[in-house]
Amino acid sequence: MKNTQNYFKTILYASSVNEAYSRVIVSAFAAQLDPTVEEIADIKTAVSEAVTNCIVHAYRYETDEKKKKIYIEAFYDDEGNFTVTIKDRGCGIEDIKQAMEPLFTTDAAGERSGMGFAIMESFTDKLKVSSKNGKGTKVTMTKKLNFKKTLSEKSR
Amino acid sequence: MDLTVWNEKDKLYLKLGGDVDHHAVKDTRTKVDELIILNRPSTLIMDLSSIDFMDSSGLGFVLGRLRKMNDIKGKMLILDPTKRTEEMLKMAGADKLIKIIRSDDHSA
Repeated sequence: MKNTQNYFKTILYASSVNEAYSRVIVSAFAAQLDPTVEEIADIKTAVSEAVTNCIVHAYRYETDEKKKKIYIEAFYDDEGNFTVTIKDRGCGIEDIKQAMEPLFTTDAAGERSGMGFAIMESFTDKLKVSSKNGKGTKVTMTKKLNFKKTLSEKSR
Repeated sequence: MDLTVWNEKDKLYLKLGGDVDHHAVKDTRTKVDELIILNRPSTLIMDLSSIDFMDSSGLGFVLGRLRKMNDIKGKMLILDPTKRTEEMLKMAGADKLIKIIRSDDHSA
């Protein structure tokens, strides 16, 4: 088992105004591993996709604004594996396999490109999606960051 | 998102800058569609050289304007996309639907 070096957890209101904020905090946290500019951009994009899904899809039937919450957790281990989890308690995805197909969207009228999951998949090393109807969706993404020293070595 | 717009004869230029995400395109979409309907340009040129961030919502916005231009029998071109933006456009197959041009390519 690899040791968790560091983590953070946060809860955000699922409003589009928080899309930029969420990708910035996750990438700022990942920046502690000294990643490349490209890697930071990959994390930003992948997080933006997952968070936008919570805002556009997860709470589309929710009338109580107070219940529209996005749960973000991120951690990294001593081998430079960076993991971010983005979770909602929304309506869930009916057919995950179909949802993950490139260009598939349930909301073409809303000009959704249907590329969200395809982008998350190609910009990270591992993507796991679990969802339960009426309970919510959890997206976990892991990316191996190209860093030279572990944090513990650095802080010594 | 920063939006700069100008007309040249029957061409409409749009320059997108900053963050092009779901939040940003919500207002911009209405603004741009009003311009398209008002001006009925023969060509819409979208300059993507100043984009700092774009995700799949930005792709949806670009493809949505292509649809609008098709509706009025117009053409659309993408000018100078950033490396990353071009990569995203290709991922969605948008480069097969919209011609990408470079300002430093004088043969175009």
